[in-house]
Amino acid sequence: MQNSEQKPADKIVTENLNLFYGAKQALCGISLRMAPKAITALIGPSGCGKSTYLRCLNRMNDLIPNVRVQGSVLIDGVDVFGPAIDVVELRTRVGMIFQKSNPFPKSIFENVAYGPRIQGVKNRAELDAIVEKCLKDAALWDEVKDDLHKSALAISGGQQQRLCIARALAVNPEVLLMDEPASALDPISTAKIEDLILELKRDYTIVIVTHNMQQAARVSDATAFFYMGELIEHGPTSKIFTSPQNKRTEEYVTGRFG
Amino acid sequence: MERTFVKHIGSIRATVIEMGTLVEEAVSRATASFLERSVDKARQVVEGDGRINALEIAIDKAVFEFLALHQPVAGDLRFIFIVQKMNKDLERLGDHAVNIAQATMSCATIERPMPVGQVPTMSSMARQMLRDSLTSFIDGDPQLALTVLEQDDQVDAINRSMTRETIEMVKKGVAGIEAALELIKVVKNLERIADLATNIAEDVIFYTQARDVKHHGNAAAPAA
Repeated sequence: MQNSEQKPADKIVTENLNLFYGAKQALCGISLRMAPKAITALIGPSGCGKSTYLRCLNRMNDLIPNVRVQGSVLIDGVDVFGPAIDVVELRTRVGMIFQKSNPFPKSIFENVAYGPRIQGVKNRAELDAIVEKCLKDAALWDEVKDDLHKSALAISGGQQQRLCIARALAVNPEVLLMDEPASALDPISTAKIEDLILELKRDYTIVIVTHNMQQAARVSDATAFFYMGELIEHGPTSKIFTSPQNKRTEEYVTGRFG
Repeated sequence: MERTFVKHIGSIRATVIEMGTLVEEAVSRATASFLERSVDKARQVVEGDGRINALEIAIDKAVFEFLALHQPVAGDLRFIFIVQKMNKDLERLGDHAVNIAQATMSCATIERPMPVGQVPTMSSMARQMLRDSLTSFIDGDPQLALTVLEQDDQVDAINRSMTRETIEMVKKGVAGIEAALELIKVVKNLERIADLATNIAEDVIFYTQARDVKHHGNAAAPAA
């Protein structure tokens, strides 16, 4: 029987992760651990490497030419760059939501049902149930339940982003990577996305890149500060925002640069 | 170009220093008024308290606006947090100076004043603690703030011994009750001045080192 006082094993661990775009080194020796079913925020000025790092976690950087990665990215202790890894399966387990929402040019229903259909779900009742559950989990069901066959492109930006989250949830991920998910949204939509993220943490491990430090402070459990490709400091969010250890972190979170 | 919030912090800091200076002067003048039995100096302390109270209101307003507009974090947050507390303590220090001044004025009508005993020592210590705590804030000097914490027990000890001695003198008929009450009032107010100086020193340590040393003396309590 597991000792109830043991800390759960880290969900994501990167060890000495380096990434090069051609000759240019974008990530320098990043070693970071992220707890399961917690929210980790990645902050830092533009160009610091936080989005590059995020994309390493589900190997989205594979799609970029001339990218070279050294070091390891472990999810549940398994290196995602290992030879036996199925990248498609990885990206199902580790879903991604982008800054600009990107719903398919299909109906709301078909956006969410697409992934399960690809996975072989054919039964209509089962698809209906999956779509309803995921739209509810994404806090969108009540707003769209009577218009499921409406085009996803006809709903608002905030609704589209929640639809993208529902789409990611439909394939049963374990991790959600969010790259500035609310930066293109108005304050009310942003608040809804943040509330949703806090709800999702019950079931998913979440890593969120954000330029909005108040957002990082509001939603995250842990915060990692990146600067010029290096991980400068990381720790509990309350500590990073009340008494950071590193002078550069202090300067960044207090708005003195960046 | 300096960021707006940095200018606001600078402005708040300057106002706190201004208030601290007035408070230090008030405490110094009040204790001098008692030891010299100077009603004029006592009146100046009472009349000056209005300015200290006005600065308390101004600092409250500035802090409130800063919190609303700038959502400070880290060192800026700790700064605003302690300024709120220091503001209250500085206003109370002004009140304690007024209390001492009022004791001076009451004693002026008493025919048989009491010997002042250890009041000169106690007042010198309390004033030094206040000066050092305010200097530690101005200079961001936690080491100086720690020296203030170390002196509070001595002031407390004098308070206790003077209270006992005064009561004994009343019992023996050496001193009248009115004079004794005024002396005890001054001693108690000096003890409170030392306590409030200690509070300010603790706040400086929190601001500069993110260490909460309240109730533990110099113990390294967990950082914020």
